Amino acid sequence: MSAQKNVAMQSAEPSTGAMIRALGGVALISGLLIVMVYQWTMPTITQYRKQALERSVLKVIPDATTIKPFVVNDEGMVPAEAARKSGLQVYVGYDAAGNLKGIAAEGAGQGYADVIRLLYGYSPECECITGISIVSSKETPGFGDKLVTDAAFNANFKALDARLNADKTGLANPIVTVKHGTKRHPWEIDAISGATVSSRGVGKALNDSAEKVLPQVARHMNELKGTSP
Amino acid sequence: MTPNVPEQITMDTFLRGIWKENPVFVMLLGMCPVLAVTNSATNALAMGVSTFFVLIGSNVLVSMLRNYIPKQVRIATYIVIIASFVTVVDYVLQALSPTVYEALGAFIQLIVVNCIILGRAEAYASKNGVVSTVVNGSGMGIGFTLALLCLGSVREIFGMGSLFGIPLFGEHFQPWIVMILPPGGFFVLGAWLLLFSWLRERKTKAVQGEAVHAR
Repeated sequence: MSAQKNVAMQSAEPSTGAMIRALGGVALISGLLIVMVYQWTMPTITQYRKQALERSVLKVIPDATTIKPFVVNDEGMVPAEAARKSGLQVYVGYDAAGNLKGIAAEGAGQGYADVIRLLYGYSPECECITGISIVSSKETPGFGDKLVTDAAFNANFKALDARLNADKTGLANPIVTVKHGTKRHPWEIDAISGATVSSRGVGKALNDSAEKVLPQVARHMNELKGTSP
Repeated sequence: MTPNVPEQITMDTFLRGIWKENPVFVMLLGMCPVLAVTNSATNALAMGVSTFFVLIGSNVLVSMLRNYIPKQVRIATYIVIIASFVTVVDYVLQALSPTVYEALGAFIQLIVVNCIILGRAEAYASKNGVVSTVVNGSGMGIGFTLALLCLGSVREIFGMGSLFGIPLFGEHFQPWIVMILPPGGFFVLGAWLLLFSWLRERKTKAVQGEAVHAR
């Protein structure tokens, strides 16, 4: 075996067997290494992701203590574990006594650099959006990242009107982003001056998601109020 | 096989990568991460340490297997080894710090094609023993990390007025935002390269002057 290998090494053309052995051996070592590290780190990574999600949900529904995940797709609103198709993730938050505190849903809209992903809180009592939390954005530093830091912009989402129309099929007034300083109605978002495209991305994300999610939420409201986890 | 001429380990084996053959400032290798992830000192450090780990890990393995890898398949083998160490770093970083992982994005996976690592494997690890490979690789890795830090700290100080996330100036500091955008990477890299080539030139002149003087 080792004599064979030496011959293969010394000759100009090593045997095909030697090449296959080398590649196969290296691939085996690499595979073992990756599997070991994967097994070792995966629990921590999953836990981090769960924590990050819970933090964002709690940021938009501050009073919630337990969160129940749902999926909204063309089949309606179904609990996440029973969903057969992917769709928009919706999290229903309850307090310790089991009262419905609010709903957090995800939305995505095209920003300046890439899609802005966010989570927003919806309060069924005031039929309004009560807060947003940017999940991921690649917007230009110094301009687009004002979405997170700009206090005046975030004040838009203290009570952004998201009432449904009379037959509960969509929003009564579409959520739109307007130019900085021209906000007139409670369903309008006052854009950040200098980051209008990013602000519009947020408006579009909210409108598209609310248009799909809120009619479903309204339809299932009684169930949701009853099904505290 | 390439002729095996193992190198004697000297101080130079280690220091070469930091100064004389610094991968960034002298050899201009790995420019992609150098320009892309040095928008803050923390990112630069994380990238440098990740690259350091991949460099040492993969080169040790290459050095250990150097007599078993036929010349014809060596590049393929090196890439497989490097890619697996990058995957390891990718998982470990996700478990250690999700924020840094998010900030570095695709650039962790792109360490696979970082030519500093493949260059070391081909030019050094495949011809030298494990110990000299570790010494030489550490020098290169530290040299790369220091270079990234040089860029990252300057860009963060100008572009955000902070260092490692700690604000340095008062509230009235107006950040020079272009420095943390891609053009800032080119500006700062250019300035550092200018400084280093000036230093080198001055040294060469001094040596020449001494030679003339001695005559």
